[in-house]
Amino acid sequence: MSKRVAITGMGIVSSIGNSVEENLNALLQSKHGISKISSIKTRHIDEIMVGEIDLSNEELIKQLRLPESQNYSRTALLGVVAAKQAVENAGISDINDCRTGLISATSVGGMDMTEKYYYQYLEDETNHKYIGGHHAGDSTHKIAEQLGITDFVTTISTACSSSANAIMLGARMIKAGKLDRVVVGGADCLSKFTINGFKTLMILSDTYCKPFDNDRTGLNLGEAAAFLVLESDEIVAKENKKVLAYVSGYGNANDAFHQTASSDNGEGATLAMQKAFKVSGILPEQIDYINAHGTATPNNDLSESIAIQRVFGSKIPDLSSTKGFTGHTLAAAAAIEAVYSILAIQHNLIFPNLNFNTAIAETGIVPVTEVKEKPINYVLSNSFGFGGNCSTLIFSKN
Amino acid sequence: MKNCYINGLGCVSAQKTTESGFLDDIVFYDTNILPVINPNYKEYIPPAAARRMAKGVKMGVVASSLALKDAHVEVPDAIITGTGMGCLQDSEKFVSAIIDNDEEFLTPTSFIQSTHNTVGAQIALGLQCKAYNFTYVHSAISFESCLIDAQMKFNEDEASTILVGGVDEHGKHTNDLHRLIGHIKKEEVGSADLIHSNTDGSIFGEGAIFCTLSDEKTEHSYAKLVDVEIYSQLSEENLESRIKTFLEANKLSIDDIDLVVLGNNGDVTFDSYYKTIEEGLFKKTQQVYYKHLSGEFNTASAFGFWLASKIIKEQEIPTLVKINDQPKKTYKNVLLYNQYRGENHSLVVLQSC
Repeated sequence: MSKRVAITGMGIVSSIGNSVEENLNALLQSKHGISKISSIKTRHIDEIMVGEIDLSNEELIKQLRLPESQNYSRTALLGVVAAKQAVENAGISDINDCRTGLISATSVGGMDMTEKYYYQYLEDETNHKYIGGHHAGDSTHKIAEQLGITDFVTTISTACSSSANAIMLGARMIKAGKLDRVVVGGADCLSKFTINGFKTLMILSDTYCKPFDNDRTGLNLGEAAAFLVLESDEIVAKENKKVLAYVSGYGNANDAFHQTASSDNGEGATLAMQKAFKVSGILPEQIDYINAHGTATPNNDLSESIAIQRVFGSKIPDLSSTKGFTGHTLAAAAAIEAVYSILAIQHNLIFPNLNFNTAIAETGIVPVTEVKEKPINYVLSNSFGFGGNCSTLIFSKN
Repeated sequence: MKNCYINGLGCVSAQKTTESGFLDDIVFYDTNILPVINPNYKEYIPPAAARRMAKGVKMGVVASSLALKDAHVEVPDAIITGTGMGCLQDSEKFVSAIIDNDEEFLTPTSFIQSTHNTVGAQIALGLQCKAYNFTYVHSAISFESCLIDAQMKFNEDEASTILVGGVDEHGKHTNDLHRLIGHIKKEEVGSADLIHSNTDGSIFGEGAIFCTLSDEKTEHSYAKLVDVEIYSQLSEENLESRIKTFLEANKLSIDDIDLVVLGNNGDVTFDSYYKTIEEGLFKKTQQVYYKHLSGEFNTASAFGFWLASKIIKEQEIPTLVKINDQPKKTYKNVLLYNQYRGENHSLVVLQSC
């Protein structure tokens, strides 16, 4: 099990930019992408803040040169844009020159079209082409088609940890020698379904979210897609590939506490981090930066803080949540934060935790609030989802 | 490479599969929607808890507890669930409530249940299982993705028993839409004649099929899971060569295969894939199918997996699943092939142990 998993490409679209460079610039300038909802027709238009991508479906369809007959959900459109960037960034000219797979993650799938045409489908045939695009595997299938990947293609949906699990599965497939290259990540668009769902749970902030702040009031939702290209040592050596970073560790555990709330002692999160260290073979003190899940809900940030204290003791590494920039992008969150973790390693930078004022009384953890330069060799990234699903990824420079 | 054995099974389906016996009292349906035969949920779930549970969760809890009990395992080292649509009824309930009430007066219950990993999460919660918990949601290969993951977990020395399952429930609105676009047959054919219907579309079912996998063989073992592969795209022309390559990689020839379990769903357009190998590679091999018993759904292939495992253990083939009639023999190596509407193909090899 000493095989390494190299990251040779990445791509991203989020509310702070439509490319890796744009995202990096926004992070460096502390420029967030949160605003009042503008592209979705909802009665909550003036009360809810979200992270929207500034490209309309029409613009995305044009950019991708899709035919009139296309039946892409916004999730699929965003996913294809980010996945194509990742493949291009990895300098791949023939995607099938080795065994290549695709593992994507989504929670909302084609719900944006379903909620739009739900009853209209019964009345006329105009939009029937979208019916088959509802299920969660559809966006993945379309990304695979666009990339030319025909064999191993699958989708993971474990709520807000989904794309961490897609990255984890991809890394395991490379290590197991089942694939030579795998495109991994996730995509989720905004929808009335998720906006209203989180609203009924009363965990949406009515202003800019404040991760790890004592007075945090909830999360901002966002939409995004991000993908990484993972390749085996053999492919990297054979093609003399530039490696951006490595997937060094990963772990998934279940909190087994409550369907939507995290446990008071952060049990699942603690187990996930411990498993990731075991796979990675490094010690907690070697972590230079934690990209926290940090959704800014009262429950998550306290539970995660306690778990981090359990794992790291009194020596807690520099930590920030980037959710203040992008909002919580659900199944895409771990993938976009993987991109930010890799950027942190490449540029020896820590990105700030926005909107922080006062440390959580119970834990006193103070996140990094300004861009900070320092050597970064190891980044730990957490992602937790409904159903107690807790995942941790560790990225490394070497 | 570690071995992977099927040590326990649990199946909630449109057949009497939670009772004793092996498909000896088959239920046929006149409609194109096959509901599951509900087990006595009270035997498995306290009534107060059951009232809050989605149908998929209830079916999943029953099938998983049967599979664990069958294998004499209390808490597995991982739970891996496949579902095409998750708890679909709650998704429909939440979408229609949003539209009908113009985004007002909503409650979170159906939103929470609609999350795809609810079944796997609720099983974990019930068992207090803090282990690895993944959910695959990729149409017809959702269940097979779980099998691939489980095999790797054994090889990583991360688990010695894994609960794997496939679960999908009917959603009325979704079924209505699938009838409109012809994925469900427009005419009612009767499940008994499904394979000869000669029309487009299929009949839809639901169910929960779980198995307990282990890296150790026991006296209860049904079969050994040898290998699994999935293909997003595969043409009819390339199907036979793909099968040969897959078998060769497992040091098996066509003649080594004693039984093929096929995913025919009565759709005249796409059953041609199965026809290719029924009349080609496996012309002289015993062939069986099962979707006339289970109905078609995203994880219906898990019913085929259940069927194959039972046949290997019992060494007996229920008459009503036979496509052709070959002389009885020892069923040692079994190949499963499934696809849905020409996409998301899977090959699985099981072996007696």
